[in-house]
Amino acid sequence: MNFKATVITNVEVSPGYYRLRLTAPPFFVTAATPGQFVMVRVNASIDPLLRRPFGIFDVGVMATEYPDVQQPFLDLLYKVVGKGTSMLAGFHHGDQLEVLGPLGKGFVAGDASEDKVLVGGGVGLAPLYYLARELVKESRVHLFAGGRGKGDVLCITEFERLGVETYVSTDDGTLGDQGLVTEVLERFLESGDGAKTIYACGPFPMLRAVAEIAGRTGIPCQVSLEAYMACGVGACLGCVVKGRNHSEAAPDYRCVCKNGPVFDHTDLSWEQRL
Amino acid sequence: MNTPNLSVEIAGIKLRNPVMTASGTFGYGAEFAHYMDLESIGAIVTKGLSIRPKAGNPTPRIVETPGGMLNAIGLQNVGIDAFIAEKVPFLRTISTPVIVNVYGNTLDEYGELAGRLDRIPEVAGLEVNISCPNVKQGGIVFGTDPEAAFEVVRQVRDATIKPVIVKLSPNVTDVVVMANACADAGADALSLINTLTGMAIDLAKRRPVLANITGGLSGPAIKPVALRMVWQVARAVKLPIIGIGGIMSATDALEFMLAGATAVQIGTANFLDPTAAQTIARDMERYLAEQGIDDVKELIGALRS
Repeated sequence: MNFKATVITNVEVSPGYYRLRLTAPPFFVTAATPGQFVMVRVNASIDPLLRRPFGIFDVGVMATEYPDVQQPFLDLLYKVVGKGTSMLAGFHHGDQLEVLGPLGKGFVAGDASEDKVLVGGGVGLAPLYYLARELVKESRVHLFAGGRGKGDVLCITEFERLGVETYVSTDDGTLGDQGLVTEVLERFLESGDGAKTIYACGPFPMLRAVAEIAGRTGIPCQVSLEAYMACGVGACLGCVVKGRNHSEAAPDYRCVCKNGPVFDHTDLSWEQRL
Repeated sequence: MNTPNLSVEIAGIKLRNPVMTASGTFGYGAEFAHYMDLESIGAIVTKGLSIRPKAGNPTPRIVETPGGMLNAIGLQNVGIDAFIAEKVPFLRTISTPVIVNVYGNTLDEYGELAGRLDRIPEVAGLEVNISCPNVKQGGIVFGTDPEAAFEVVRQVRDATIKPVIVKLSPNVTDVVVMANACADAGADALSLINTLTGMAIDLAKRRPVLANITGGLSGPAIKPVALRMVWQVARAVKLPIIGIGGIMSATDALEFMLAGATAVQIGTANFLDPTAAQTIARDMERYLAEQGIDDVKELIGALRS
């Protein structure tokens, strides 16, 4: 559903990355599941024209200055990359914007007895926090977080506070191990037995590497994709990705917004470039 | 204050109000049922339909531009068999008229589509797409040559007794020539404009942004062009006209009616706000009530000179 949200806080958590807390209607907190997203309209005017998609970082209910009033909220974690997110970074407490959601198909929790392995690259950590918060209730959760440098690995203390076992790696070695997050992931998977499921969100090349590992090891794996999209509801067909059976004669395009953003890794073609 | 009459008629199709949805921006209707009351608008125009399913273009398919967006979807659609099996059953559940946008690669394909849709009672009319700029075959080939347009409209006309609307391209030297050719071939109404061919370039990568290189520009950026073309065609052709191009509000919609449109289609605005069409229809009624206008038809072509 479309609703007007008021900014509660909009904090720069790392250079160029913000955590935005918005008021949400009660239904939103009940309806939203980990891995779903929202479309945010940052401007009532026509530039930028389209809404921006953001994964749901967290939802909840918070205390207010009135003892018997509680405020449902929605948290987003975003990186400033262009006009829309630059404008969003300028929002302050009390400002209003329009939010459409929750949208799309989120993560599937699966069997609680298995270990949950979360893999996030950069701002791809955003939808994994809400997921981790749900999964820690019943399962052991490991997080593999990667980024270019230490400024790109976000909110690790929040994950640790949930009881998540975290493994950090950066391309330049300024935080955690130097190297790719998937290399650390692979060493971890080699060292331990027991049933696991992988949940990954990040740049497409990282997801491809994770899917390759999952395919080789036979570990179930769900990936959350990012895509340019205009509508978020399955109408514009701007955000499609190729499904596993795609061919020109028998098209198998899937909407990231509607069929995803979370897909089983076996449902996608990994030949494509995104 | 009386409730104003918003109903209009396009080629025998009775619309409760002049607000329709534009093809390619509203899926097959069902996509928007969660967000708005489909009974609140005049008509639904479904995504461009072909005989066989079509994959569409590679990605990136869309890019935002100042006041607009470029798209090169490439007419991805489920094909007529899946349309009849999977989409029509939902459309049966709503009373709002459904107009099916169709396109072919050949004259025969246009005729075959029209013939098959002619037998489906849920289809109130056809909108013939001769103006998609994003596919190499079909579409625009028929939309930029008046003789080819005449042939394709004649083919559809001969294959169906349902109302035939022809959607015109703005990417022509003289839109009135095209409009006349369609009228001569037996079109019942004209809708205009489709998107304007455009392009976006990424300086850092030195590449076109869209995989298709060019795309169709839509949104508020094209409204002045659309208004001018609707006005030109309305003065030259007797057929009812459906105005399309960057309509974001009831004000925009009523401007098109002053220029000569009997109804309007909402396109890109559906992407910004899935309730846009409903909101525009409601605001149109409010405007008429406030202004003491009893019937929206009073505004059609009522531009003062």
